[in-house]
Amino acid sequence: MNPNIVNFVYLIAGILFILGIKGLTKPKTAVRGNRLSALGMLLAVVVTLLNINTVDYSYIVAGVVVGGVVGMTMALRIQMTSMPQMVALLNGFGGGASLTIALAEYYTVLGVAPASFAELLIPVAVDSSVFGVGVEGSIALVAIGLTILIGAVTLTGSLIAFSKLQELMKKSYGLPGGPIGNGLFLFAALAALICMVINPGNVAAMVAIVALALLLGLFLVMPIGGADMPVVIALLNSYSGIAAALAGFILGNTVLIIAGSLVGTSGLILTKIMCVAMNRSLANVLFGKMAAGGEKIDADEIYAGKVTSAQPEEVAMMLEVAQRVVIVPGYGMAMAQAQHAVRELADAMEARGVEVEYGIHPVAGRMPGHMNVLLAEAEVPYDQLVEMERINPTFEDTDVVIVIGANDVTNPMARDAEGSPIYGMPILNVDKAKNVVVIKRSLSPGFAGLPNPLFAMDHTLMVYGDGKKAVVEMTAALNQL
Amino acid sequence: MEILILLLALFVLSLFLGVELITKVPPTLHTPLMSGTNAVSGITLVGALLAAGNEGSPMLVNVLGFIAVTLATINVVGGYLVTNRMLAMFKRK
Repeated sequence: MNPNIVNFVYLIAGILFILGIKGLTKPKTAVRGNRLSALGMLLAVVVTLLNINTVDYSYIVAGVVVGGVVGMTMALRIQMTSMPQMVALLNGFGGGASLTIALAEYYTVLGVAPASFAELLIPVAVDSSVFGVGVEGSIALVAIGLTILIGAVTLTGSLIAFSKLQELMKKSYGLPGGPIGNGLFLFAALAALICMVINPGNVAAMVAIVALALLLGLFLVMPIGGADMPVVIALLNSYSGIAAALAGFILGNTVLIIAGSLVGTSGLILTKIMCVAMNRSLANVLFGKMAAGGEKIDADEIYAGKVTSAQPEEVAMMLEVAQRVVIVPGYGMAMAQAQHAVRELADAMEARGVEVEYGIHPVAGRMPGHMNVLLAEAEVPYDQLVEMERINPTFEDTDVVIVIGANDVTNPMARDAEGSPIYGMPILNVDKAKNVVVIKRSLSPGFAGLPNPLFAMDHTLMVYGDGKKAVVEMTAALNQL
Repeated sequence: MEILILLLALFVLSLFLGVELITKVPPTLHTPLMSGTNAVSGITLVGALLAAGNEGSPMLVNVLGFIAVTLATINVVGGYLVTNRMLAMFKRK
């Protein structure tokens, strides 16, 4: 086929991807945007297949069938609470695809067909210009090396992120040297890359890049956990896009570059939003611990004798006379699968004329937008999901705030206690409301490991127990009043 | 070299376009944005098809291509389907 036609269709595919993301700027147009994007994908794939000269369909069909079945099963069976795991896996597969494409391109150009694993490592005598003449050849090799490096880091890093989110891996391990150890691995991988650029036939150098990058991915993500996961997932999302764009440079393929750079920027912007919402730098999230906070804060001192607990029935009586209630969900709501119960409580309140809104902190949950998806699943209308900047000024006019499964994002120390490890982190100012109800299993600290003075305030009631059960009991009590 | 510069220009302009577009996506849709961009990054399928389907290539290349086709297809199929499933849930009252 005429390469101009192919590239023209790639351009159309690229435009459809852009329109697809543009559709995501409004919930109303989002479904259509996603379909346009899928149409672009279909066009790009079909024109590519028509363009291959001598096609052997056996590997293609096998791959598409296996991938299609796995992808469809995952997409249709995944629970909304497990969406962070799904995205982590997809990030990893994206990285893995770019990695294998770069390897395939490398061996294609070398033109060798190793018969055994040992032969994979044997240096090949090649002319230095097989990848291109002069600078062009070097650039092509650098692109291959970087695609391998970033693709491999994304692959293993995402698999670790998945096993952490799935709680297959509960502890955190890291290299003894922390950032220095990781730096050495990166340095070694880059050194191997340079060896490969100097001598393209040095297959062992290429295999070394793969091995070092796979290990680097493991060591980068293993020490990170819990509430820092949104940052990691967003960053790996970005890596998978960058790897795809680099693969585009290897193949001279325009649509890969357009799509890859869109995904890369998307991940980077989300990473930045998450870091700003935690008031931490990216380096601090990846390598640091929470800053040691001046004098040790004694939880007993804050809580002793000041915490008031309540039964769901008492809360129901408060809700009955309220005019405006804000619900603040956190990861605990996802853990307790309480989103449907929360919606039913909101319905019961609205039936009594109470105005109900949801205050969503950007880092609530384990990935950007996690809470919104859960509440959308429970059929909460999206215009009731209010972001932090818009909900904060309304707390003073709010009669009751119900905090369910959130902790650090409501901690007033972030606003008031200079020197506290979380000082400066933007929070939901729930303590400004007239009454606060906190549904929680115990007074245990959140991810930051700090006590939360909110729990000890005079206008705060603690409802201890399972989130879902407590909410169901509140709804039942409210309906009986 | 000329082609490389053109590709670089495309890359840089796409980055700027990406920033303009993504900053307008509301936080409510950030999870579908991530799964949707996962699907878009499945465009590597295009490169994977070339590696897997070229009859003249050594078998190692075809096998690597097969792995790439499988992984990229999971991203495309899984990404678009799950995004569609999520977006269908976002409703106005």
